[in-house]
Amino acid sequence: MSGLKLAIAAVAVLGLAACSNNRWDDTANGGGAGAGAGVGAGALDPASPAYFQQTVGDRVLFLVDQSTLTPEAQGILQGQARWLTQNADYVVTIEGHADEQGTREYNLALGARRANAAREYLISQGVAGHRLKVVSYGKERPLEICSNEACYSKNRRAVTVLAGGLTG
Amino acid sequence: MRKILAALLIGAAAAAGAGAAMAQDGPLRIEIDQGVIEPLPYAVPDFVPETPAASEYATQIARVIAADLSGTGLFREVPASAHISKVTGFDSPVKYADWKAVNAQALITGAVSVNGNQLTVRFRGHDVFAEKELGTGLQFNGTTDGWRRMAHKVADAVYSRITGESGYFDSRVVYVSESGPKNDRRKRLAVMDYDGANVQYLTNSASIVLAPRFSPTGDRVLYTSYESGFPQIHVLDVGQVQRKVLSSGDGTMSFAPRFAPDGRTIVYSQTQGGNTDLFSMDISTGAKSRLTSAPSIETAPSFSPDGSQIVFESDRSGSQQLYVMPAGGGEARRISFGEGRYGTPVWSPRGDMIAFTKQNKGRFHIGVMRTDGGEERLLTASFLDEGPTWAPNGRVIMFTRESQGSAGRALLYSVDITGRNLKPVKTPDGASDPAWSPLQN
Repeated sequence: MSGLKLAIAAVAVLGLAACSNNRWDDTANGGGAGAGAGVGAGALDPASPAYFQQTVGDRVLFLVDQSTLTPEAQGILQGQARWLTQNADYVVTIEGHADEQGTREYNLALGARRANAAREYLISQGVAGHRLKVVSYGKERPLEICSNEACYSKNRRAVTVLAGGLTG
Repeated sequence: MRKILAALLIGAAAAAGAGAAMAQDGPLRIEIDQGVIEPLPYAVPDFVPETPAASEYATQIARVIAADLSGTGLFREVPASAHISKVTGFDSPVKYADWKAVNAQALITGAVSVNGNQLTVRFRGHDVFAEKELGTGLQFNGTTDGWRRMAHKVADAVYSRITGESGYFDSRVVYVSESGPKNDRRKRLAVMDYDGANVQYLTNSASIVLAPRFSPTGDRVLYTSYESGFPQIHVLDVGQVQRKVLSSGDGTMSFAPRFAPDGRTIVYSQTQGGNTDLFSMDISTGAKSRLTSAPSIETAPSFSPDGSQIVFESDRSGSQQLYVMPAGGGEARRISFGEGRYGTPVWSPRGDMIAFTKQNKGRFHIGVMRTDGGEERLLTASFLDEGPTWAPNGRVIMFTRESQGSAGRALLYSVDITGRNLKPVKTPDGASDPAWSPLQN
């Protein structure tokens, strides 16, 4: 009996760990569109990657089976473009993702469309194309793991990942 | 209570009657494509060990044969506990009356001998009610570590004699072995016997691997790997476990590779500027040619067995649908017209049908249709079924079934093309993206 209780407690701990440990999420606060204005954001150095992730917002979200940028997504990308123009040393990889409602290879192609939509928009806002690589993970790297729209809407995303400087 | 008992007795009598009728009307026969409601009862007593070291193999080989045959859903084993006769010598006369008494319509007898690491298996099939042999006896020679393959070969021969179709038991499946939770899933390539035995890992889980496919002779595997950070096409020699990257490393995405029946050409998807099209490549020279050029997604190609056509999926109409085009590219004809979205088409090895994944009203299905899109038939339904692959005889389909929610897990299932005999395929961990090999030689 006490063994059973122990097991349940262990499961609960694992469950919590799973919630907070989003291995593929590079922001501390989980993000989502407009993830800015977090606690303590004012203390961040505006030129820091953490500021880009948390205050500017490093990701945009998409509707089901769509790669069209919503007005909200365009707003976030405008902020990203401004930041990237001011911090011209960074190159970025835009990672496109899909939710699990789709076949594997189609979702790879869909994620690529989304990443490319974000890339094209950043270019239209003045960011040089050679700084912007794209890759798609399809449905291979979900952030949220429930099987309903609350999770799916956060998984359909294009994340702008800062990667190193242009200069050595 | 008495009524139920009576019904059961009539059922048993009807089954026995059907057996007798079968024997009088002609050879013992199952017509697979009609779907079998009453599986054919058979017995496979332990094979006779002819050398001291053979006894363990003699028992185990009979068990693997039984698992193969009963696993099809077309046959039902009469268990050893019901047997009246014991087979003590491979050439001893068969006491047909004893097998008739337990209603075994087919009987498989065999003998095993071991010399060093050499294994010899002989077997005979018997039509019990006709009191004669089912075809001529056969002998297989091999090594002791290949004993399961020899059992599969016996089962293939029996299956083939009774159904008139080639078997599929002596075959392998390459797949993606999965571990870890959904948001930290580790994937590595694995290959196993069709029944889940002899699992061997071909890659480590350091980078994502997807959708492997066997070459037409089963010696190589094509797959997509994120080893470079971008999805690229790799080819792996199964025997040597040697790998080679086929696509260029310039940051473009290449995925969904499939062999042509010639084993030298591949087709695959490449993404440029967010747009995914189909290309072909000669893998010895690296020469590429573009097969489609549309602003839509073109992916998941599959060759017809004669190599003349390619079926693929495209969302050029606004949603995922299936199209057929000449293998060199050119005008594509849409073949899917039902409700919902269609993806992952795979041409059957017999050339007569195309298996696919269908998404409709929030559910996923594995289905089959004729190559012109006619006679669509859905075989499964679940939260997420995808990625069918054909058994070498075109009678069974294996696919991925993923369960729902935060503890969701992918496993392999198989189903007959009649929609019967849906069942899980045993794997040590989670598993996805199965691809069936041809029959081994």
